[in-house]
Amino acid sequence: MTPRAAPGRTIAWTLLFLGGVVMVTPFIYMLATSFKTNVEVYQLSLLPRSPTLANYAQLIGASGFPRWFANSLLIAALTTASVLFFDSLVGYALAKFDFRGRRLVFVAVLSTLMIPTEMLVLPWYIMSKTFGWLDTYWGLLFPGLMTGFGTFLMKQFFEGVPDELIDAARVDGWSEWRIWLEVAMPLVTPALSALAIFTFLGNWTAFLWPLIVINDRDLYTLPVGLASFSSEFQTEWEIVMTGASIATVPALLVFIALQKYIIRGIMLAGLKG
Amino acid sequence: MPNADRRLSLTQKRALSAWAFLALPIVFYVSIRFYPAIDAFFISLTDWNILGQRRFIGVDNYWRMAADPVFWKVMVNTFLYLVVGVGVSLPLGFVIAYYLDRVERGHALLRGLYFLPHITTAVAMAWVWRWFYQPVPVGLFNDILVSLDLPQQPFLRSTEQALYAVLAPAIWAGLGFQVVVFLAGLKAIPRTYYEAAEIDGAGAWRTLFEITLPQLRATIVFLVVVSSIAFLRIFDYVYAMTSGQGGPLDATKPLVLRIFETAFGRFDMGYAAAQTVVLFVLLLAISLLQLRLLRAR
Repeated sequence: MTPRAAPGRTIAWTLLFLGGVVMVTPFIYMLATSFKTNVEVYQLSLLPRSPTLANYAQLIGASGFPRWFANSLLIAALTTASVLFFDSLVGYALAKFDFRGRRLVFVAVLSTLMIPTEMLVLPWYIMSKTFGWLDTYWGLLFPGLMTGFGTFLMKQFFEGVPDELIDAARVDGWSEWRIWLEVAMPLVTPALSALAIFTFLGNWTAFLWPLIVINDRDLYTLPVGLASFSSEFQTEWEIVMTGASIATVPALLVFIALQKYIIRGIMLAGLKG
Repeated sequence: MPNADRRLSLTQKRALSAWAFLALPIVFYVSIRFYPAIDAFFISLTDWNILGQRRFIGVDNYWRMAADPVFWKVMVNTFLYLVVGVGVSLPLGFVIAYYLDRVERGHALLRGLYFLPHITTAVAMAWVWRWFYQPVPVGLFNDILVSLDLPQQPFLRSTEQALYAVLAPAIWAGLGFQVVVFLAGLKAIPRTYYEAAEIDGAGAWRTLFEITLPQLRATIVFLVVVSSIAFLRIFDYVYAMTSGQGGPLDATKPLVLRIFETAFGRFDMGYAAAQTVVLFVLLLAISLLQLRLLRAR
């Protein structure tokens, strides 16, 4: 605003921009290299001189890659659907019903946030072994079907839904299920979309539990499959970068399309939490 | 009187609906969260290789841990990840957010550039960084060093540098989250505070230390806790960058990787469970500290 501040602002903007470019450099190198031939990987130029899709063709044709991609997509989608359904169901019950034991249930759900996954994976593994869930989709799915975080988030938002609306629907003779689904849910779509994005991305990148529960290469998720590259393509960096690109690009697209909602969601979650 | 009767039954009906809503989730939380958590404590008191019988041995696993040099090495590593990770990423995140907050032109674009690494798959990005760390002529970092006439660095192959080489991408990936949360905190500070400071003739530094930072107290406590917990649980980057070894010579091995190999490499379930209990206690301590810090204001 003052003339003195103007050059300072330009410098700050330039520095911020350069920092931002440094932040995305790994993506640029990864993507550029995925279009390079093996010979070109060892040359310093960033952009491929003769771009090729051969790496993609090799990866899609020769390894379990397409299957891993589908597995990750399936698990992330099913988990997200389950989390959206159950977390908002529980959040709604805790926000809008008055019943004995409500506080206890709320504290119990909230306290699960204190239990680290790393502690639960041992008993989960033993459970999976006992019930035959190792190397199954259900084994990948069951630990993440509901979350304490999502329940807490949804409860906060359902509390903002006016009681008058719910009571009016009750007077009209609507069932509690229908009121939840058709009156309350449409009013919390911002929270639902934030929860959907977080859950999907979180499961798309999940690593520890899939690494433990799955041994069968056909059932690998993308991160587990990528980690197994160390034995397979150790020195073929262009193939490794192609795999990394395939794993990353969907998340990048989701981010570019939904940046506003993601940022708002983090701000919401950060402020509410 | 009949009116009161009807109201009571209505309350009961609603309570019944509530429990109908909660029935399946309660089964889930009891069997997939609480029972396993309690089971982990009990397993930690046993000697068990998963195939045979669980043999109760009291707190022997905890004594074994105290005398295990690898465990202490792992704890030192984990502590380094936490302290250096939080110590570098939090101030950096604040400085970026502080200046980004004043930028109007291209704000969303700049924010996007910083946030992008946060949503990516750690295992994929670990490969990219691993590649950057390779010796000449493969690795970008050594290529740059050599072109500047500086000596090559071993990075992941050195017991001294490997931990920091693994930590760097973890900091890189978490930075955007901190920037966004700091931005939210900065936006929540009322403009009038700054206007008052300006009228008082306070300079930029005084405004920063007497208004901005004190107002961000809750944000800072939240971020310290969240990122401490994240660095304490570091696993994906270490596993993917060291082929699951935590090497060279355990130089990068964090607690969670040690738990993983104890449980699923050696099937020493009791000892692994005891180490998860240690992790649980550490996380609990951090969270309790957060509550105290927020209440103390």
